[in-house]
Amino acid sequence: MSATLLSVEDLTVRFGGLTALSGVTFCVAKGAVHGLIGPNGAGKTTAFNLISGMTAQTSGSVTLEGAKLDGLPTWKRTARGMARTFQNIRMFREMTALENVMAGAHLRTPESFGSILFRLGSFRAAERSAVANAMDILDFVGLSEQAERRGGDLAYGDQRRLEIARALASDPKLLMLDEPAAGMNPSEKIGLIDLIARLRARGLTLLLVEHDMHFVMKLCDRITVLNFGAKIAEGAPAEVRANPTVIEAYLGAKVARSLETRA
Amino acid sequence: MMPHWLDNFLFTYQSLVYSLGVNALLALAMYVVLAVGQLALGQAAFMGVGAYASALLTVKLGAPFPIALLASMAAPALLAFVIGAPTLRLSGVYLAIATIGLGEVLRILYLNWDFAGGALGLNGIPEKAGFVWIFGTLIVALVAFVFVSRSRIGRAMEAIRADEAAAGVMGVNLPAYKLAALVASAAIAGLAGAFNAHVSSFIGPNDYGFDQAVTILSFALLGGVGSPFGPVLGALVLTALPEVLRPLHDYRLVIDGLIIVCVVIFLPTGILPWRIGRIGARK
Amino acid sequence: MLAQQLLNGILSGAVYALFALGFTLMFGVLGVINLTYGFYFSTGAFIALYATHYLHMPIWAALPFAAAVTGLIAIVIDELLLGPLRRAKAPELSSLMVTLGATLLLYSLMTAWFTTDIRRFPPAVFDGGAFEIAGLRITLSQILIVATTALIVGALALLLQKTRLGLAVRALAENPDAAQLMGVNAGGIVRLVSFISGALGGAAGVLIGLNYNAIQPYMGEAMMLKGFAVIIVGGLGDIRGAVIAGLVLGLLESVTAGYIASSMKDAVGFLLLVLTLWFRPVGLFGRVAAKRA
Ligand SMILES: Nc1ncnc2c1ncn2[C@@H]1O[C@H](COP(=O)(O)OP(=O)(O)OP(=O)(O)O)[C@@H](O)[C@H]1O
Ligand SMILES: [Mg+2]
Repeated sequence: MSATLLSVEDLTVRFGGLTALSGVTFCVAKGAVHGLIGPNGAGKTTAFNLISGMTAQTSGSVTLEGAKLDGLPTWKRTARGMARTFQNIRMFREMTALENVMAGAHLRTPESFGSILFRLGSFRAAERSAVANAMDILDFVGLSEQAERRGGDLAYGDQRRLEIARALASDPKLLMLDEPAAGMNPSEKIGLIDLIARLRARGLTLLLVEHDMHFVMKLCDRITVLNFGAKIAEGAPAEVRANPTVIEAYLGAKVARSLETRA
Repeated sequence: MMPHWLDNFLFTYQSLVYSLGVNALLALAMYVVLAVGQLALGQAAFMGVGAYASALLTVKLGAPFPIALLASMAAPALLAFVIGAPTLRLSGVYLAIATIGLGEVLRILYLNWDFAGGALGLNGIPEKAGFVWIFGTLIVALVAFVFVSRSRIGRAMEAIRADEAAAGVMGVNLPAYKLAALVASAAIAGLAGAFNAHVSSFIGPNDYGFDQAVTILSFALLGGVGSPFGPVLGALVLTALPEVLRPLHDYRLVIDGLIIVCVVIFLPTGILPWRIGRIGARK
Repeated sequence: MLAQQLLNGILSGAVYALFALGFTLMFGVLGVINLTYGFYFSTGAFIALYATHYLHMPIWAALPFAAAVTGLIAIVIDELLLGPLRRAKAPELSSLMVTLGATLLLYSLMTAWFTTDIRRFPPAVFDGGAFEIAGLRITLSQILIVATTALIVGALALLLQKTRLGLAVRALAENPDAAQLMGVNAGGIVRLVSFISGALGGAAGVLIGLNYNAIQPYMGEAMMLKGFAVIIVGGLGDIRGAVIAGLVLGLLESVTAGYIASSMKDAVGFLLLVLTLWFRPVGLFGRVAAKRA
């Protein structure tokens, strides 16, 4: 059993009368690709928002490398080593692709206010290495040709990859991707699968929300399934796929029953 | 020290030239907060605090001008902190409301403050500021803004303006950036107020109210906030135009208001849509 | 002496509450602060002035007339300024800026038209009658103010709590997307709320105009300072909070004027506002203002 990087304990959030997440508990092992799946509205994005600190939980806790993150704002969590992308792309649209990635490297660009104002050598050095580093990342996700284009002008699939690049720029330990393949065509998806495999080869831990089951089953070591805000199953892809509760959640009770009788 | 023609020109159009510089500084003060996606309307109020603080020092206490200038930046900066620190964690509405309120309440305080001349304002302020002070400061401020824009800080600021929550996820300390922008804005506006007081010899309690606050906003929006040059251009146009086209003068405020409405709805990037690059050094 | 101060405090507090009610309702339902709101205050007063002057309306007719016309103007202003921004899902910042620009535009047009001279209601309307009750002086206009405020607050509470329409308004305030899915006519509600808040602002303007018998284009701007304080102290979008905060502000102001200095009266609201921001930003009753784009 490898060490745990992220653990989510009894996480609950209510929005007015709606309990979007209730008592969800799971652990993500270091170096794993962990899937978080469930039907629409199951609470996957909400879980991401709670883990990254964009939404405050009602109860429960989030722990990264043994340290509790509860109450910390987003930027402090980022400093602790997590990064994420968004389901509905949130690019800095006016900035170039390169600038987007450099903005993602905010915490890793050592420039003091004084060195910026007086254009000191240390500033220039930091800036040059930030550019070089960002170019490497763009290259890694296959966007180096697009470096000078406006983020908002990129094709949809490229924007998704740029978001990944921007998240990578903070050099996270945990990378959370919210439906990275949404809206991608089949060849782009193949590229993405390859990209995720290379990320994992770099030793990164991934938490992945995705609707494309083929994609999820192929990439993930372990999968947590949510439905109506609660965890209904967890296990290796093969176990989860065979779990009747999961099938029922996805296909509805009727279909699930008919599948059972046929089998 | 100055070429003869410039001297002549300055003599004839002195007050216009000074207002161009002062207003350009005010536009920059507005730009700092807009650049982080905040609407703070305290620039007129901060200008007033700077004007009163510096003028009280030079007129009543005979303090040296540079000391008065420092005070003109420190006093509004402190005020900005008091108002900004609690509001910046909240939705932007709070900051807008608190800063508009600030201008109104300060007006009432000046009116009732006998030491500061009450309703009559302060007279006989020494003409210590001039072309060199005002435009020197403007140039220094512009260069500083450009340098800051092309750095990690500039990228973080644009990220906040584009998508605050996403910027936070990138690791940008949102309250610190917003508060720093507000305090910087207050200091610049205060300095502009001090210059204005020390070229026009008179300041009054009604000079720093709502109209002035919205006028400053119109400078920045007309020019556009893609770069620090936009607001400066906006200030120059809106200051010079009513002087050139005299009939416009009476409808100055109507035009300022109309410009804001039209620009926000139809021309969000302003008349200078060019956006400043955000990278300070390459190979 | 104290009793008279408190009475005066309640009277001005009632108008602050009335004024702030429309302001906070607008935010609560539409999710934006419409800074032109102070203009409705001035507009209401001017319409009532003209209705009594030229149409020879008695004040009991001029008040609802002015309120209704102001309400209609508020619908038009909202549609022109905020309509395009709502459709474009523009950020909060844009709506603040656009209404701010419009405020300057409207005030300066109004000033160009009416000048800043102070106008008064015709003597027939304003007889300045007053009663002495148990040693307390109270004018007819003050009685009118309190009665009207109580009537309007009551009617609004009934509308929001007891009618289907009120339910729709509250649903829209709570969750705009869900409400529209449930079949709430959002456009209609937006117009209704604009109308109500414009009418409330206008009515407050008429009443204050009557009370001081002084009407002037910029009167709404001074009122905005009170309005800001009341809606923040009461909690943005909180109707009950606005009523109570309005009364509290009125009382504190009159006590300040009586026991500290009358010149400091107008600073009380702002002080309350800043203290609220520091120590209780959610307002009196802790209703958290939804952060919407
Ligand atoms: N800020 C919020 N306020 C109120 N309700 C919310 C909020 N955020 C999410 N919800 C609700 O919580 C539930 C879970 O939403 P969430 O976006 O987490 O689902 P999801 O699993 O990501 O679905 P999808 O696959 O469609 O992205 C939904 O019913 C949603 O409407
Ligand atoms: Mg989702």
